[in-house]
Order: sequence, then structure tokens, then C-alpha cells
Amino acid sequence: MENYFLDNKDLQFTLNHLDLNEAVTLREQNYKYAKDYDHAPTDFADALDSYRRVVSVIGEICGENIESRSREVDEAGPHFENNKVTYHPLTQMNLGDLTKAGVMGVMLPYQHGGLNYPVSIYTMMTEMVSRSDASLQNLFGLQDIAETIAEFGSEGQKAAYLPGFATGEFDGSMDLTEPDSGSDLQSVRLRAHQDPKTGQWYLNGMKRFITNGCSKVHLVLARSEDGTSDGRGLSMFICEACPQLVVRRIEDKLGIHGVATCELQYNNVPAQLCGQRRRGLTRYVMSLMNGARIAISAQALGIAEASFRLARKYASEREQFKKSIDQFPPIYEMLASMKTRVTAARALLYEATRAVDLRTVYTHMTDRLPADQLTQEIRDKQKYYNKLAALLTPMSKALSTEIANSVAYDCIQIHGGTGYMKDFNAERYYRDARITNIYEGTTQLQVVASIGGVMQRDGGKRIKELMSLGYEGKLLRLKDKIAAMLEKHLKAIAAIAERKDSTYHDLMARYLVENETFIYVGMLLLRDAKADADREAIVERYILDAEPEFAKNLLKINSGDLTLIDNHRDVIDY
Amino acid sequence: MTVSYTVIVFVKQVPDTQNISGEAMTPQGTVNRAALPAIFNPEDLNALELALQLKDRYNARVIVGTMGPPNAAEVLRNALYRGADEAFLLTDRAFAGADTLATSYALSCAAKKYGKFDLILCGRQAIDGDTAQVGPQLAEKLALPQICYIEDVVKLEPGKIRAKRAIDGGYEVLEAPTPCLLTVIDSNIPRPQNAMRIMKYKKAKTKSEVIKGNSEYTDAERLAEVEKRLAEKGLLIHEWSAEDVGADKGRIGFAGSPTKVKEVMSVILTATDSKKVEPTEQGITDLMHELITDHTLG
Repeated sequence: MENYFLDNKDLQFTLNHLDLNEAVTLREQNYKYAKDYDHAPTDFADALDSYRRVVSVIGEICGENIESRSREVDEAGPHFENNKVTYHPLTQMNLGDLTKAGVMGVMLPYQHGGLNYPVSIYTMMTEMVSRSDASLQNLFGLQDIAETIAEFGSEGQKAAYLPGFATGEFDGSMDLTEPDSGSDLQSVRLRAHQDPKTGQWYLNGMKRFITNGCSKVHLVLARSEDGTSDGRGLSMFICEACPQLVVRRIEDKLGIHGVATCELQYNNVPAQLCGQRRRGLTRYVMSLMNGARIAISAQALGIAEASFRLARKYASEREQFKKSIDQFPPIYEMLASMKTRVTAARALLYEATRAVDLRTVYTHMTDRLPADQLTQEIRDKQKYYNKLAALLTPMSKALSTEIANSVAYDCIQIHGGTGYMKDFNAERYYRDARITNIYEGTTQLQVVASIGGVMQRDGGKRIKELMSLGYEGKLLRLKDKIAAMLEKHLKAIAAIAERKDSTYHDLMARYLVENETFIYVGMLLLRDAKADADREAIVERYILDAEPEFAKNLLKINSGDLTLIDNHRDVIDY
Repeated sequence: MTVSYTVIVFVKQVPDTQNISGEAMTPQGTVNRAALPAIFNPEDLNALELALQLKDRYNARVIVGTMGPPNAAEVLRNALYRGADEAFLLTDRAFAGADTLATSYALSCAAKKYGKFDLILCGRQAIDGDTAQVGPQLAEKLALPQICYIEDVVKLEPGKIRAKRAIDGGYEVLEAPTPCLLTVIDSNIPRPQNAMRIMKYKKAKTKSEVIKGNSEYTDAERLAEVEKRLAEKGLLIHEWSAEDVGADKGRIGFAGSPTKVKEVMSVILTATDSKKVEPTEQGITDLMHELITDHTLG
């Protein structure tokens, strides 16, 4: 019996040690739902026990069922004919399994048929789904759409759509990108206009690269304010599949073959406004995208996990020069580094989901509590976790997706020529990984999203907290290394701030974010090694490997070198 | 839609013979239970799935029952996670050591105790004993018609069932009056456990488990109260002793089992050299002759 939860020590460790008590207790409103719902937990131990059981069931579905179908799904993909997308029968079976397991509305509130799980637990599921079939995660991972309706929709919209999402009857898509609006969503042109008599909204225009654009329920970013050209003229709409909404074509992609990526044409599609006008991009889509970034980070991590395991297995079985190749230093160096990278990505991902979970509960409290119950402490925590989540989400997405690419790359390398052939999954992982650092914002944009938090030290308090846990022996020596790195990092940040040179700042942002990541992840892994001595070798590997990389980045940051800024055209155009 | 049919599924907790984590046999030649994790007998899962499909199609009520030690309640909870409505555990030291005859008798008592039903479904056979006898024997004891090797139910209507039965090279469709008993083969994909049901039914308990979980429940009145509360939420797994189901002590357990194990052998299969037979008339004739001489044939 393959089980992607029970065979994964690190993921089990994460569930056991990820301190979700505060987030879950608040999310369950001190476990008051247990009175009305038989399946709601009565205390944190009960909740955690349920999470473990359910994640384990999903682990089995992924390891046993979905994995065995993934190759065929990748080879055939969905079928497109007469503007209609039909998913591969095996993809439909995969969705059927997940639907029957009742995990299509994991985070939705109980009243709408959901499980009210924190995003941390949902993310563990998306990670495992991706390990078995990354393309399926693009369907399973669309739960953020329902979550967005739950957060910002009207009561009528929630009642109309959420139960259908929870049972898996409805699927969704987020229709954001247009041919001329990719990274720059502020320039979206799809037009929304209102019939002055009836008040009914209609959508006209084009969307491109829409994952599962053949869905039943669409969340659409559209320009509702005539004469505007920026993000403040955009609103979010809900519309349903109908004859006026045409799937023009589906893309022929390098990877994630199992899911349809659609081009959509809106010919006067009736729609409902979701939330308030003009807040489409600034509030709702940013929230939707942040959820999706966590999901893609988990998707990338799943691919990295699968790649590492395939490489480890192959290297232990493949014999050359009369011994298995994992006994040769260049190979075991690669394997150890891959495992360290996967572990690092997981540590930061769940640190991010924990911050998101805390932000969610404190935001709900600040939005919903009556004024006399809304204390300063609650307001402060909301602000704190909002900033922390805003820093960690893009940092995690950048880290996981780049790691997925590098680990999938090394996986092929370890397989040698065999890995280049379609006989092994290595090449699929490599193709599937490649999109993760592009969609939901490229790595370059994740750097833009996180550099502000790095400069403002939004993670500083948390890093200090982790440093003060008390370490001994080897862990203390490693912590001192991190402390020395932090000191240099802070000086470099101060120097960049002082320069007041925005171009140089933008150029160095990537290195600053990378160095922040080395420090933050180093501390997370130290904390984990303190809890489990078997993890000491991993944190040692991570910090010793990070040190020279950190120093290299620091050298660039501190160089003050302007030659690239001044002369890049001469280089590019020669 | 009102509940139209009642389906009892008998299941068994068996040692996992597929995933052996150590030595499967003890030096004494008995099964090493510690090395074999307890699992849901695979074909019983197929029987449960078929019953749950009848629930989906006809709104049937699915009751799952097992006989076993107190910890066999775990397979019943597993069935509840997948969609069963109610469960009962037949447990009593007096049931221990039962062969297929004593087992089917005990199960027949439990079915009578449960009351009115339309169908009994059993997996074809369990992976530990591989006898495939309990289902048919149970039908005989209850004087029910039986159809074995069922792949699927074509149609269920009041007083009548039509089902597909696997035969060599195909299937046949048979009709039987209900109530009747079906044994089910590995012909469907059992549905996974459902998250919401796990969250609810992990709290389902037998009486023994309630007592074990809290010593204050030994007070009979308090215990009855807790049981009532669990039952109201559908969280009480009925627990029946031999006496509860009115079983004749002489017909259950070791006493009721005419099958006696004479000897257990740990057979180690050793490979020998292969032998090549020429694809000629003479080659075949020589082979036949050899097989007859050493009494492999004839």
C-alpha cells in the first residue's frame, strides 16, 4: 500500500510540530461548532487527530490511485472538440476519488458543507496530489476560488455556489490573464457594463491561459469603470458557463498536460458583481492570488519530492563500475543537496501557511467582532500576521518553485540518458516543474512582492523568536553562524536603504530576498532539529551549503557595482 | 425518499498477508499476528462498496457486522467512514476458535437478532482462510437463496433481485427472491473513506470501548446514559455477546467447530532446474508418460 503521507517522515513531522493550536482554536471559535456539527472537533487534539486521519486517507488515494494513472493522463491530456473540453477518463476518476473522499471544500465553513480546515492542512493535501500528478493539483487546487466567494461574496452568492463546490459538483476557474495583461494585471481590458434598466452586468472581451477555463463557475477580473486604465477601475465578477462564454481553444503545453488551459471569449456574458466595485484587483484578486501562490508552492514541492525520491531510488539501484552510483561522491552530494532543498522548501511553505492561517482568523475577528470586543491586541496581531504572511507567501513560492526546477533537473542528471527518455517520470517532473516559477507570478515578481517586507524587517521578530529557543552543542554553533549572517544581512539592508537608488535596489532585491530566505529557513530547520535530533544532519547540511551562497550574494549587494545598470544594452545588443 | 431496503454486510478483520513487515510465521508454525497488521478483508470491501452503491441507487440502509475480538470494531468504523449507516460487533470469548461452521452459525444468530433485512452481502472469501465457505453456509443456516461470485446488481425491487454472477469466460444474470445472500468478488473499486464521516464516526464506540475510555461509566445507569447519547448521534456500535444473540454455546467457538488443525507446516518452496520438453509428438508422449508414472496425473 503506497501512502504519500505515511511514507513521508518530514511531512508527518511537519503536521505534528506545526503549532496550529492558536489558529485552529480561533477558527473553530473555541470549538463551539461541535454543538451543531457532529464532525466538528471538540478541542485541538481532536482536530489534529482528524487532520492526521484525513491527510492519511488522501495520502493513500494519491499513492495508490492517482500515481498509477498519472503517466497516461500526461500522455493523452484532455480532449477538445466543438469548443468543449472533456477531461481524460482517468482525470475524471481522480476527481471522483477526491470528491468521494469529501475533500473538495476543505477550507469552507461548516454551514456551506465544508470541513473548516486551515490552509496548512489543505496545503498538505495539495502537496501530495502534486507528487502523484502535478496537473491534477491545478484542478484540486482551485479551492481558493470557493474560498474567495466565501470571503467576499454576498450571502446569496455563498448560498448559491459554496455547497456545490463543497460536494465537488461545481468546479471553478479564475479568469485574470489576457493576451496583453500577464504580470501587469492593472491593464486588464475585458469590459463589464451594466444594463441601466435592469442593473444586470454583462462581460465582453478575451481571457487567455485560463486554467480549467471550461469550468462551471468563473471568477472574472474585468474593467467596470469607463475611462479608467489602472487597477482601481477593475472589479470582480462571478459568471457561469453559458453559450455566450466560448472556449476558443486549449493550449498545447510543455507540461501539466492533464489540465486544460483555455482561451475564452466573452460575448455579452451575464455576470454578478462579487464584493465591491473597484476593489477587484486591489483586494480580491490579490487575496485570491496569495492563496493560489501557496497552492503553487505546494505543487512545486510535490514535484520536488517526487523527483528526489525517483532519483534516490534509481541511484541506489543503478550499478556502474561494480557499485551503486549513490556511493560516488558527486552523486551523493547531489542527492543530499536535493533532500536538503526539499526539506527547506517544506519548512518555509508551512511557516507561510501558519502565518496565513493566523492572519485569516485575526482578520475575521477585526472585520466581524463588535467594537467593544475588538481589543488592541487583536488589531496588533492582525497587522503582524498580515505582514508576515505577505512576506512569507511570495518568499515560499519563489523558493519552492525554483527548488522544484533544480531538483527535477538533478533528477534527470542522476538518471543520465535514461532520464531523458520518456520511459521514466523524470522528464515529466522536469516539464511540470517548469511552469511553477512562472504562473501566479514569476519568481521575479515574487521578489518584488517580498522585498518590501525584507527591507521593513517584517520577519525580524519571528527570526529573533526562533533564535531565542535555546540551542546547544552543534546546533548552537550552527545558530551562531546564522547570527553572524543576520548581522551582515542587516548591515547590507541598511546600506541599500541609505543609497536611495531605486534601480540598484531593484537589481539587488533578488539577492536580498535570497539571503533573508537562507537565514529564515536556517532558523526553522534549527528549531526542527531541536525537536528531533535525527534532523541535525539536515540543518547542518543546509547551513553549511547556505554560507558560501549567502557570502556570494552579499558580495554582490555590497559591491555598489553599477556597470550592469550603465552598460547592459551594450552587452545585450552587441 | 424513504428507506426502501435493508442490506447487511458481513465483514472480517484479517491479517494483511500482502504487506508483511516481519516473519509471517512464528518458529512454532503459527501465524505471527504482530508482523501482520490487521486490515479490512479486501473482498469484504467490495461487498461493502456494492451495498453502498445500492444505497446510492435505492436509498438502501447499510448495516455492517463482524465477529471478532473487541478491536475488530476498527473495521466497523472503517465501514462507517465509507458510508455504512449502522454497525454491530459480535464479540465474546465463547466465539473464539470458530471454524466456518461455527462462524456461519454465530453470524446467522446475529442476522436474526438484527431483524428484518432484504439482502446479506459477504465478500467471496477472506485472505487468511481462503475457504469461501462462510457466505454459503450462512445462507443455508438462514434458509436463504444465495448467489455467489457476484459482480454487480442489475436491479433490486421489492421481493426480487437480479444480479450479475461471474462465470468462466463471462457472466450470467440470475434472479432470486429476497431476502437472499450474495457473495461478492473483486469487481468494483471500493470508495475511499470520507473526510466528514471520519471526523464524525471516529467517535463511534462499542460499549466495551466506552467503559475502557472512562472508568466512571462502570456505573450502569451512567453507562446507559452515555450509550443513549451515542445512539442518538448514530455513534453507538452495537456489541453483542453469544448470549445477546441467543447462540447455542455448543455450536459456537472451539466447541462448535468440527474442523481441527492437525498440523501446521511451514512450506519452503525451493526452485529446481527447469526441464525442456521438445515440441514434438515424442516429447509430449514422454512427458505424459513421466507424469503418469510419478502419479502427478491419474
